[in-house]
Amino acid sequence: MILNQFLILGAFLFSLGMYGVLVRRNAVLVLLSVELMLAAVNINLVAFDAYLRDAIAGGQIFALFVITVAAAEVGIGLAIVLLIFRNRQSANVDEMDLMKL
Amino acid sequence: MIVNFWVTLGIKMALVLGVMLVGALVSIFGELKISAHMQSRIGPYFAGGRWGWAQPLADGLKFIQKEEIIPDTVDVRVFKLAPYVVLMGTMAIYVVIPFGPDMVAGNLDLGVFYVLAISSISTVGVLMAGWSSGNKYSLMGGLRAAAQLIAYELPLVLAVVGVVILAGTLSLNGIVEAQAQWQWFGVTPEWLNVIPPYLILQAVGFAIFLTASLAELSRTPFDMPIAESELVMGYLTEYSGLRFTMFFLGEYAGMVALAAIASTLFLGGYWLPFVSDDLLNFIGPVVLITKIALLVFLFIWMRWTFPRLREDQLQQLAWRILIPVALANIVVTAVLKVVF
Amino acid sequence: MGELVVFVIFAPLALVGALTMVAARNPVHSAMGLLMTLFSVAVFYVSNNGHFIAAVQVIVYAGAIMTLFLFVIMLIGVDSAQDNQEVLPNQRPIAVALGLALLGLVLAAGSQGWVPRGTGSPVNGTIENVSDELFGAWILPFEVTSLLLIIASVGTIALAQFRPRAIAGDEADESAVDGELV
Repeated sequence: MILNQFLILGAFLFSLGMYGVLVRRNAVLVLLSVELMLAAVNINLVAFDAYLRDAIAGGQIFALFVITVAAAEVGIGLAIVLLIFRNRQSANVDEMDLMKL
Repeated sequence: MIVNFWVTLGIKMALVLGVMLVGALVSIFGELKISAHMQSRIGPYFAGGRWGWAQPLADGLKFIQKEEIIPDTVDVRVFKLAPYVVLMGTMAIYVVIPFGPDMVAGNLDLGVFYVLAISSISTVGVLMAGWSSGNKYSLMGGLRAAAQLIAYELPLVLAVVGVVILAGTLSLNGIVEAQAQWQWFGVTPEWLNVIPPYLILQAVGFAIFLTASLAELSRTPFDMPIAESELVMGYLTEYSGLRFTMFFLGEYAGMVALAAIASTLFLGGYWLPFVSDDLLNFIGPVVLITKIALLVFLFIWMRWTFPRLREDQLQQLAWRILIPVALANIVVTAVLKVVF
Repeated sequence: MGELVVFVIFAPLALVGALTMVAARNPVHSAMGLLMTLFSVAVFYVSNNGHFIAAVQVIVYAGAIMTLFLFVIMLIGVDSAQDNQEVLPNQRPIAVALGLALLGLVLAAGSQGWVPRGTGSPVNGTIENVSDELFGAWILPFEVTSLLLIIASVGTIALAQFRPRAIAGDEADESAVDGELV
């Protein structure tokens, strides 16, 4: 049962996702990067669950909840991006600096 | 021990691939012949000598020989990857289909759920194919296909839930055994289960499952994604040669796979009364294949019976009819399960 | 041992996918990269005895989330390569530095304190076990999550139906395709 490797991989993926959130300017890609960060967190949760031999399977249940919340987040997020695109003809987050239309 | 593992794995993979290819080829031949007879034609006649049985092989050889054309506007990497993704999603279903008590490549306790999960990969492949072709018709076909596959995946999943509630397990082997041991009102003998109990108890689920699998396969009442009168050939337009063959094979392999899942879930799978488990390992495949053939015939029959739906009718059928009915089916099944 | 082999095969795949996602000019390629990463992550779940969670990962991400992403990317036509010129000065190097700093911090924190290995029986991620826990100890969070999903879907439909009245002239531009997506 290995743990450190998973944690290092998770840290790498989380950092890459964070880099993506900060660098990409397309709103859809920012959302994608958030997904990557959530997946990195899930790796840690499941790896710790197996390592700690958690009696109530907390890690896996948490990962399940994270996936559910990610699905809800993507649904709302993409709807907002589509709405912004409809109004501004752009999905660039740098151009969304006005509080009104 | 380790060597044993790899040898077993190799044999299993070869078997899965073989079953998939043979199933696809036979169902292609069935489609050619049955379609022909439904239209008062003879169909393939010359290839192979008798009944034109080698026609699918000849078609396959022809496709393999053809030059593969990759248009300029294509996104090459995604374009080349797409058929593999579609085929992988289909092939992975065959791993869990039980042909007998022990004749199964992998008896997962997640069985049905695994099937539904892994088959959703094909959706991504279809979108990849549609987008990467760099062609309006392909893109529209890909988007239509994705919208359709997402919409009909819900009734497909919900129709299965009724069976899972009755059987109390997700494993496909477990579901077959549960059907074999079913007793009407706790009194009827086991041999009565030749009439599949879930076909009667879950008739609504079966109807929804068949409709949704027709849509998942993009077959005729639901073949909007490749509606040739509007979209040329949809997401398949730019494909040629071997990669087109892969899509083609994947389509028919998917048909056989979903028919196998449907016959396992609703028609009792490989089970026969009065036959011991050891013998069932040899007779089971024959029983299951007979049921698959019946369902595949039904799919082909529907193709020449129903006209194509319009895109909005297609979405309405899924969201306004199939999903509410499937949900009601789940509620009724659960209540009856608790009551009896 | 087997777990390490699986890790050695799939960890580079996950990293390559993540790098593709971050670096690719074309949003569709980014989505493909993320998909590869998510599949590798599903494999890691299986190697950690989380069979059910792996299947959930595949059905939710491949079947729903990534399809939705690809749909939106293709629909709103952001699939052309984007310009990469910066608006804020030095944003990229600072982002790289901060990301590396976070990575260093995580590694440093990890090397400081360590948890002892659990002594219970190996985790069993089969569906029976997960459902026993989920509908036993975690029933309240489960119900709250279902509420969240309903709110999210209602919100999505509400957003899709939303038409700003301020710009009446735009009505003609709104294609029918946008309306029926979400």
